[in-house]
Amino acid sequence: MNTGASSHRSIILTVAIGLPLMLALPFVLTPYYLGLVVKMMIFALFAMSLDLLIGYTGMASLGHAAYFGISAYTAGLLALKLGWSFWIAMPAALLLSGVVAVVFGMLALRTRGSYFLMITLALSQLAWGIAFGWRSVTGGDDGLPNVPRPDLSATISLADGTNFYYFVLAFVSIGALLMFRIAASPFGYVLRGIRESETRMLALGYNVWRYKLAVFVIGGLFAGLAGILYVYLNRFVSPDYIHVARSAEVLLMVILGGAGTLAGPAIGAALIVLLENVISGFTERWIMIMGVIYLAVALFAPNGMAGLVRDFRRKRGRK
Amino acid sequence: MNFWIIQTLNGISFGMLLFLLASGLSLIYGLMKILNLTHGSFYMLGGYAGLVAVKYTGSFILAVLAGCACVTIIGVVMERFFLRRLHLQEMPQTLLTFGFLFIFSDLAMLIWGSNPETLPKPALFEQSIPLLGTFYPSYRLFIIGFGLAVAMLLWWVQEGTRIGAMIRAGVDNEEIARALGINVSLLFTLVFAFGAFLAALGGVMGGPIVGVFPGADFEIMLLGFVVVIIGGLGSLKGALVGGLAVGLLDNFGKVFFPEFALFTIFAPMALILAVRPTGLFGRE
Repeated sequence: MNTGASSHRSIILTVAIGLPLMLALPFVLTPYYLGLVVKMMIFALFAMSLDLLIGYTGMASLGHAAYFGISAYTAGLLALKLGWSFWIAMPAALLLSGVVAVVFGMLALRTRGSYFLMITLALSQLAWGIAFGWRSVTGGDDGLPNVPRPDLSATISLADGTNFYYFVLAFVSIGALLMFRIAASPFGYVLRGIRESETRMLALGYNVWRYKLAVFVIGGLFAGLAGILYVYLNRFVSPDYIHVARSAEVLLMVILGGAGTLAGPAIGAALIVLLENVISGFTERWIMIMGVIYLAVALFAPNGMAGLVRDFRRKRGRK
Repeated sequence: MNFWIIQTLNGISFGMLLFLLASGLSLIYGLMKILNLTHGSFYMLGGYAGLVAVKYTGSFILAVLAGCACVTIIGVVMERFFLRRLHLQEMPQTLLTFGFLFIFSDLAMLIWGSNPETLPKPALFEQSIPLLGTFYPSYRLFIIGFGLAVAMLLWWVQEGTRIGAMIRAGVDNEEIARALGINVSLLFTLVFAFGAFLAALGGVMGGPIVGVFPGADFEIMLLGFVVVIIGGLGSLKGALVGGLAVGLLDNFGKVFFPEFALFTIFAPMALILAVRPTGLFGRE
């Protein structure tokens, strides 16, 4: 276990080293690799949002891509069809994914365990079905191409790769900071209590259902934020954003990094994005190789990298 | 009037295929507490293996045998060498079955390409037969009868045989079943392989009417989940009732609201969730 003081020190250390490094990246990397880093950051945010549900509250959702995709579609449609500015489109997109998270959460949270897995999966596929089937609005299978990146003001355009990098860095940093705060707050400790024993928390007088719904919606909102950033990155949105495969991918990121640590899933996300990029570069059968990676994580690192580090430390401590 | 009868029969025959799929899904969950995300792949691989067999031999019966044999072997290997190591670990099991889903999906794409295929109907059931002043494909009627026969057989195995009693004991309390000398690990392999067998059976039988195509694994898995959410996990009766309900809802949804067919399945699912979170016949 980390003591409060040492974890505090490690956070300060990480920020002191990490932040200047992140700020300097656009001067070092080519536009292509800068784009890859942006993708890593977006998925780090996405994976952290799922970790709030899985790692902290013990609710394994298999449909987390629903909120990612719904806000991506909303932001894309508002920019494309109505020409709304970013400052209105983003809150609107977040609002819609939040509302959907409330509705889906109220249904799914009536159950737990495997039922919860199946129901979150089924509900997200409903969202996928709408994106896929409602051709006149969503473009169906082809998706929505040419989504413009917004201009923040008359002088700052996000079409510029470096500007966009800082824009995403700012939002991801704020999002990550908020999630760390949530995890360290009394609310976050209630969530851990629910993960360990729901009945005990009920006996202590906590309205467990309300806490679960709250974190379900919070997780959905941060996933929604990631979705908005992702649609701007690609200037494109398609039903793939919502598909079960996407929900599985972000689940893999969380487990690979180590659920319940927030930092772990962020690193897991960066690693998976990098791996996919490398593997898809040299073979067309990269889905199969990713499948093998799923198996490997399940069999050899079920507690993720954070778990491996923990085991290593424990072994060293014993010697 | 004819329209309703024909569409109802179409829905019921598709529902019977879903029952084959969901009964295995339900049985596996009931005994092993594994939510098998590879179940739709079993269905799809069964269909593809049957397709190959029918191409080389022209025999539908051999196609059924080939499809079921291949997938049953895959099921045994998956249980013996992989799932066994992750007993009662929900998250790793989910990742593992997801991994297999991706591997099989890509493998099928590699071998059979991206074109949808259909199996030819067995020679005996190629014709349509007169029914209430109209003609109806006899193959679909055969599927309905076949599904009912399988349902009765499963019922008898579960309630009336020694192996059924052993499975029920394992479902109720694994530890005690082991203590009583029941070979529960053998039972696990048996049940998982049998679930895979049933899914493959559905895949080959459905080949002539639903076809096999890339993405069938995800689509069928989703429908299977909706069936067990409605009917309840771990219940044979639930798989049958849920299968028929989803088959009918899916069929009429596609006829009346083609763009939003999913809603006609999901709205009742949401309703049942709101009233009975563990499905009609499920237990917590």
